[in-house]
Amino acid sequence: MKDIKIQVNDLSLYYGEKKALKEISMQVPANKVTALIGPSGCGKSTFLRCINRMNDLIPSVSITGQMLVEGVDIYDKNVDVVNIRKKIGMVFQKSNPFPKSIYENVIYGSRINGITDKRELDEIVETSLRQAAIWDELKDRLGDSALGLSGGQQQRLCIARTLAVNPDIILMDEPASALDPISTSKIEELVHELKEKYTILIVTHNMQQAARVSDHTAFFYMGELIEMGKTDAIFTKPAKKQTEDYITGRFG
Amino acid sequence: MSSPISSKQNFTKESLEKQFRLSEFLAEKIISSVAFLSIAIIFLIFIFVFKESLPIFSLGKESAKVEMQQSVSASGDQPESYGGVETEDLQPESYGGVETEDLQPESYGGVETEDLQPETYGGVEKEDLQPESYGGVEKEDLQPESYGGVEKEDLQPETYGDVQAEPLVENNDSAEDTAKEKKSNSIWDTLLTPDWVPVSENPRFGLLSLLIGTLKVTIISMLIAGPIAILAALYTSCFASKRTKEIIKPIIEMLAAFPSVVIGFFALMVMATFFQDIFGYDSRLNAFVGGVAMALAAIPIIYTISEDALSSIPKTYTEASLALGANKWQTAFYVVLPAATPGIFAALLLGVGRVFGETMIALMATGNAALMSANPFESVRTFAATIGAEMAETVFGETHYSVLFFIGSLLFIFSFGLNALAEFYVKGKLIKKFQGK
Repeated sequence: MKDIKIQVNDLSLYYGEKKALKEISMQVPANKVTALIGPSGCGKSTFLRCINRMNDLIPSVSITGQMLVEGVDIYDKNVDVVNIRKKIGMVFQKSNPFPKSIYENVIYGSRINGITDKRELDEIVETSLRQAAIWDELKDRLGDSALGLSGGQQQRLCIARTLAVNPDIILMDEPASALDPISTSKIEELVHELKEKYTILIVTHNMQQAARVSDHTAFFYMGELIEMGKTDAIFTKPAKKQTEDYITGRFG
Repeated sequence: MSSPISSKQNFTKESLEKQFRLSEFLAEKIISSVAFLSIAIIFLIFIFVFKESLPIFSLGKESAKVEMQQSVSASGDQPESYGGVETEDLQPESYGGVETEDLQPESYGGVETEDLQPETYGGVEKEDLQPESYGGVEKEDLQPESYGGVEKEDLQPETYGDVQAEPLVENNDSAEDTAKEKKSNSIWDTLLTPDWVPVSENPRFGLLSLLIGTLKVTIISMLIAGPIAILAALYTSCFASKRTKEIIKPIIEMLAAFPSVVIGFFALMVMATFFQDIFGYDSRLNAFVGGVAMALAAIPIIYTISEDALSSIPKTYTEASLALGANKWQTAFYVVLPAATPGIFAALLLGVGRVFGETMIALMATGNAALMSANPFESVRTFAATIGAEMAETVFGETHYSVLFFIGSLLFIFSFGLNALAEFYVKGKLIKKFQGK
């Protein structure tokens, strides 16, 4: 199918002996926002990090099963992890701009890809910051340290930084969990706009947020994918009892 | 009211009254006084060292009176000796004097004076023979011996010639006048000359060649130690597996506990020959050998501190960089290294401080010849080595003694100034450059 971006088949992940993800199978549609919800420690962040192989950094992790992105198994031996990460960007829970200037933060990805032309870089900075809806706030202080920005601005700068390398898929790991309501709503608007061009997966603890921003929702519990479907359906008439209990706040 | 209820009322004026807690007060005071004590000790050491060098300053200003008296008394003494012995006799004596005390006080001097003096004195009796025997003995007999000594310890075959030649010429040309003139000049005029001839008829305390020597060694050793130590730190903090790191780090840090005498000895016996075979330069002990040896001493310091700085960079930076498609070395060089700049800079400074003040290695491996030269393969004499070598030989309270202490306070001022400059100026600039305003 053309509009399936990511196809996951029986993916299991082990931290040493412990099985953290149990035979996950799901399909992520293209150019939609898919929310991953579930209680803490249920494996949703771990799953998200599987998609751009960030779990490779942890030595004890081993993975079985298939993760097909546009038909290519990213855990195949011939696949270069660096190229995967260029295609699949990630925004982290805690905003983590580099201790450099705003400008340098945005062009970091382009720099390491070998772009040195000043005009091209300027353009990348402007378009990325505009896309992240932060250009107007920052255009006069591009030389300032990124660490001097507010939390919400930092997080949108991180999104801009991710957009600057022009990925296909953006993974967001609770991008608004540490932000105030106004910053959160800005990020949510941003997600809404970005789905025109990108496929977005977003992990969130906040059920209202999932309901507001996502088209599809997947509910994880204890390392298993309990249920996945259209957000409307999940939130109004979930098929499984556990999902309903979680959404209505009876546990979790 | 019943007592249980009233005891629950915590927010009465009495219960919130200020209390004096003796243990807290004492602990606080002890900690702060210890901190101040350490600063005070450093300060006191500096004061002491500087105080001992004070006579130089008074000599400089009150030279008119004091020096006049000295020169008068000196000239009063000198004519006697001059009168007693003829000018031709003076030469060998002053010659011997300069030589023995100035160069190689130990083996060389000991051998030489015994050899030289009996013969020349023997020659004094017969005036006709003297020049001949003098020339014959000295040039043929003495020099081979000194060269023999030099070969063992490898001390200044050249300087021997250089330093020696100059005083000879001066003494020859205008023996008494120039000597008196030089003496009546203040020390400050000689401090800025390249000649370091502290023990002679006409002592000169030129610090320039010592300064050049110190800087040369410091620069060479930092050029070697800096990159090696930082790259090693980068490897262990960003690339090495946990196991490798656990092995490498303690081993490099163990090098810091290595006595510098041992490093100096190693440099003297092994490295000097090794490098001479490779580069084929003349003087076996030189700034380069000393610099490499001091790099060995500085590497563990720079390594340990920059490794700590690199390891303390939050994992989130690394993750962010990798998630943007950077590979490991790009992450290490463009994210981790710039973020750790302040720490690495501090590490380099400590390394400079270590090399700057290093005495034993400098004494053993640099050749100890005060030469003005930009050539890294020429022997040098550093400030610290000068103090180490000469302090035991000086007379308490003499000018030489004061000058050595002055060098000591110069060392202190230099390293203090370097640190201050780095802290307030360079570090800020570096941070701005790498991390934005």
